[in-house]
Amino acid sequence: MTAQHADIAGGEELRLGEHLLEMRFDARPDILKTIRDRVREAAGKCGFGSNDAHDLVIAVDEACQNIIRHAYKGRGGDAVLEILRDDDSIIVLLHDFADPVDLGKIKPRSLDDVRPGGLGTHFIRAVMDEVDYLEPPAGVRGNLLRLAKHLPEDKKDKDGKRE
Amino acid sequence: MKHRVEERDGAIIVAFEGDVDLEHSPKARTALLDSVGRSNRVIVDMSAVSYIDSSGIASMVEAYQNARKEGKGFVLAAVSEPAMRVLGLARLDKVFTICATVEDGMK
Repeated sequence: MTAQHADIAGGEELRLGEHLLEMRFDARPDILKTIRDRVREAAGKCGFGSNDAHDLVIAVDEACQNIIRHAYKGRGGDAVLEILRDDDSIIVLLHDFADPVDLGKIKPRSLDDVRPGGLGTHFIRAVMDEVDYLEPPAGVRGNLLRLAKHLPEDKKDKDGKRE
Repeated sequence: MKHRVEERDGAIIVAFEGDVDLEHSPKARTALLDSVGRSNRVIVDMSAVSYIDSSGIASMVEAYQNARKEGKGFVLAAVSEPAMRVLGLARLDKVFTICATVEDGMK
């Protein structure tokens, strides 16, 4: 398969790698199972074992929950999930079109403080190798989260060849 | 997600099956809090939990804290592998009492 372009918001294009999934969805709780199934499938295509695939599912599920609960405050709204593969990582782009969130408020809490809630961000950071909030393309509102997880060693591109 | 509540020898066993996620965790929370309110010992059978997210975990933590406040027992039993992974990520595997089987949790 050839490298493709991710058109995450209908605007500027980012060259990112091989496209595995693009899904526009209404950000509500009843879509989460479908998202988990699709993410697990994409992880399998990249050669992740079941434990790493489960970790990726956890991260994307929690990131989607943040959109549902915090960005759209439970009222629903458009979001786009893209999953791509580059030479050595699987990359997840998650874009919502809500008001920009205050990044200062997105912090994992201390696990020593045992209380309900506040674990989602910790899970995402614990299982992913990279977690970044990007600027959405010019003229497009919302929040754009990029997650990356390294591929298993034997699935990485070596000298341009995948094993 | 499906759940089943069973009273046995003075304890309540709450068994969850399927995905305890944001869509279903309100129902899980109600079942757990109600059980803690009705019994001195609650055993949560997690053998058939295929997925649990932070909202499902939050329901467990809330019920556990309510039970502790009232001096009641609250035990997780037969925790499935996917659920144990999430408990481990939250380091709650060191907080909850976890038993290998529901029968162990009854003791």
